[in-house]
Amino acid sequence: MADARSADVVIIGGGPGGYVAAIRAAQLGLSTVCVEMDKTLGGTCVNVGCIPSKALLTSTEHYEFARLHAAEHGVKLAGVSFDLAVMMKRKDSVVGQNTKGIEFLFKKNKIEWARGRGTLKPGNVVDVEGADGQTNSFQAKHVIIATGSIPVELPFLKFDEKRILSNIGALVVPEVPKHLIVIGGGVIGLELGSVWRRLGAKVTVVELQPTILPGNDADVIKEADKIFRKQGMEIRTGTKVTGAKQDGDRVLVDIDTDGKAETLDADYVLVSVGRKPWLTGIDATALGLELGERGEIVVDAEMRTNLPNVFAIGDAVGGKLLAHKAEEEGVVAAEVIAGHHARMDYKSMPSVVYTSPEIATVGLAEHEVKATGREYKVGKFPFSANGRARTMAQTSGFVKFIADAATDELLGCHIIGLNAADLIQEVVLAVEYRGSSEDIGITVHSHPTLSETVKEAALGVLGRSIHI
Amino acid sequence: MLPIKVPPLGESIVEATVSRWLKKQGDAVAGGDTIVELETDKITVEVPAPRAGVLSSLSVAEGDVVKVDQLLAELDEAAVAAAGSSADGDSASNAAPGGTGTATPSTDAKSSPAARRVAAEAGIDVAGVKGTGRGGVVSKPDVVEHVAQAAEKPKSAEQRGSVDAAPAVESRSDVTPKPSFVNAPSSNGERETREKMTTRRKRIAENLLQSQHATAHLTTFNEIDMSAVNALREKMKERVEKEHGVKLTFMPFFVKATCMALEGFPVVNAQIDADSIIYKHYVNMGIAVASDAGLVVPNIKDAHRKGVIELSRDIGAVAKRARDGKLSMDDLTGGTFTITNGGVFGSLVSTPIINYPQVGILGLHKTQERPIAMNGQVVIRPMMYVALSYDHRIVDGQQAVLFLVRVKELLEDPATMLIS
Repeated sequence: MADARSADVVIIGGGPGGYVAAIRAAQLGLSTVCVEMDKTLGGTCVNVGCIPSKALLTSTEHYEFARLHAAEHGVKLAGVSFDLAVMMKRKDSVVGQNTKGIEFLFKKNKIEWARGRGTLKPGNVVDVEGADGQTNSFQAKHVIIATGSIPVELPFLKFDEKRILSNIGALVVPEVPKHLIVIGGGVIGLELGSVWRRLGAKVTVVELQPTILPGNDADVIKEADKIFRKQGMEIRTGTKVTGAKQDGDRVLVDIDTDGKAETLDADYVLVSVGRKPWLTGIDATALGLELGERGEIVVDAEMRTNLPNVFAIGDAVGGKLLAHKAEEEGVVAAEVIAGHHARMDYKSMPSVVYTSPEIATVGLAEHEVKATGREYKVGKFPFSANGRARTMAQTSGFVKFIADAATDELLGCHIIGLNAADLIQEVVLAVEYRGSSEDIGITVHSHPTLSETVKEAALGVLGRSIHI
Repeated sequence: MLPIKVPPLGESIVEATVSRWLKKQGDAVAGGDTIVELETDKITVEVPAPRAGVLSSLSVAEGDVVKVDQLLAELDEAAVAAAGSSADGDSASNAAPGGTGTATPSTDAKSSPAARRVAAEAGIDVAGVKGTGRGGVVSKPDVVEHVAQAAEKPKSAEQRGSVDAAPAVESRSDVTPKPSFVNAPSSNGERETREKMTTRRKRIAENLLQSQHATAHLTTFNEIDMSAVNALREKMKERVEKEHGVKLTFMPFFVKATCMALEGFPVVNAQIDADSIIYKHYVNMGIAVASDAGLVVPNIKDAHRKGVIELSRDIGAVAKRARDGKLSMDDLTGGTFTITNGGVFGSLVSTPIINYPQVGILGLHKTQERPIAMNGQVVIRPMMYVALSYDHRIVDGQQAVLFLVRVKELLEDPATMLIS
């Protein structure tokens, strides 16, 4: 290791956590190296996650609008069809713009992209093995582990990404499946299931838990379940997958609902039963790195691991597997390294499902608030009572607030409806400032906007919604 | 309103812990009065009031970690006249008048719209409510809780009201002593207590761990017959004290001998920077000092140029500053080698940890009379074990051993220090 170069910060992983940490570290004047073994930066999110799935969700939503809803606006379209190859090409080009964008930001901030597989060695040395077999070594003052996560595999349904798909394969299916079985009714399953359903696939979602989107607020789940079924998605909850068999282009999946066995016949299966931390290049045992029960790296509020000057962020540290969580954690780690005061606080961490309509959440679900034993009030307002939503002919869903009965402190907000992902943001800000429902209720909201649903639901907590 | 902010804390130090408030909200202060003490990993900083005034709000609590330039408190200069001579802290009767019941909602205090509405209805000023929102913003829950607490303790509130007549006295009694770190079981009978590490303790922990991880630590031992140094010190100490006003201890002899040995083995006084070795042509001798708040290592600048008496004086002065928590950044930075004396607590032998990025540390221990063999006879001599921990990356074993032998020879025959 005589030729080990030194750097203030070496980040292992160039996903949304890693690349944002790199930019923040560089902004703070630290010499920064980001190790990424893929051909492009951006990690799962940009390459095979958030970005490409949103590109396909948007394209297929336009198709569905043209097919089913244009007519009610008086727009006449004849012979509506789609070109899957063009959709895929557009998706790839969007991904390309994003990965190129990160490369540009790296150049702008003078961040070195060490291309290759990073391995953390004792003494904070990071070896980077390039595709050419050459190994570069970095002596890091500080290391940030941002190695991300991988999909959990079912033992009898190993990913081949041809018929048995993870999020990666489900984005590049060369044809529209006749019957797609989605195992796991969480975010990824519902989003990618929606894409292929809109293009004509029969989609069956099989979920082990009694409901889809387990853990979410019960009212939201009920509404989502109703809407998705109406859209044509088949949903089998409380159903266990007991086995599977591949027969040429067919995949036969054995399921069991309350002791009633059945075999589903499909041409593609998407397995989206969860993700787990992926510590490639990090030999936790040899390094003495402390891991939690699920193999996630244990960190404190400053994102420090138990090893000196080694930090970890993103999916690798567990918690909610969200790009924006990883980004914030990356910023905290970089600022702590630069000697600033920064702490991670998850109280106001939003999460979003990009189905149609969208589902967005911040804070606690009603059952979680109930479990704490505190007195609370609920305010709800439906999109059907909102003028703007009616003009857009998108009236399904509602906004729901849960606030402390005594202090009115916002405890949770759940939105299912058009543009929920953007509507939740003012609530996130309010929670950050320990706001109350009254703060939102007495703040002016432009008319006519969808955001008025948020204001009205907040007023609902106080029993004073105007338009219902 | 005059903001009082965290002053610059010195090179490479960006945060500190608020160790205690000497003044509280509403206190009248004179310019120069210390209002709060901050503790960094190295020194304690007293923050004075820049001018006379009344502390209208405190932005941080004891135990909070604060950054350079962060707002600590706001000083209302205009209120100084109203507070009258209580600014000088001499009279209780001149206290500022208490609240008159109806409060006008404060507009410049940071608060949410609902918080202002609730506060106005409850007839309280949001400025008097502690904010828990981001950046200390007072939220509606804060005001509701504040009102609820006030309702819960009407009795104690009345008592407070009566004390208001003598704010100057109250403020003095409010200067609470530092929390004691006694290991007594807690009053509520819990068998364990969880306590947040202070900034200083965290940095000490990090530095020690970094030294262990970043260096190739090795220790070599030897023992020194202290007879000659003892005799020399006995002979000289009264005269030195009389003529120079300095108490002659053993430490300056060790510093002198170490400096001379370092001259012969410059690598022990060096430092690693990436792939270079930096040789220092001077010795800034670090002396580890135990203080109430933890271990600190101030150093004596250019110790190699100083004689035993000057070293005696410098060591005495720096040790006093360390114990009083008055060390400057200059005292704490730039050391090239360190001596630590575990002997003062009775340690017979131990392996010191290198004060990274230095590469050597000399551990002194208790001098004890021991039977030793000398010229075929068993004799009793005052003996001291010494330990040299060194960074084996650049200091070879041979150099380390010979360096320590050199220290031993110089001290066993102090006259050689004259000749070298």
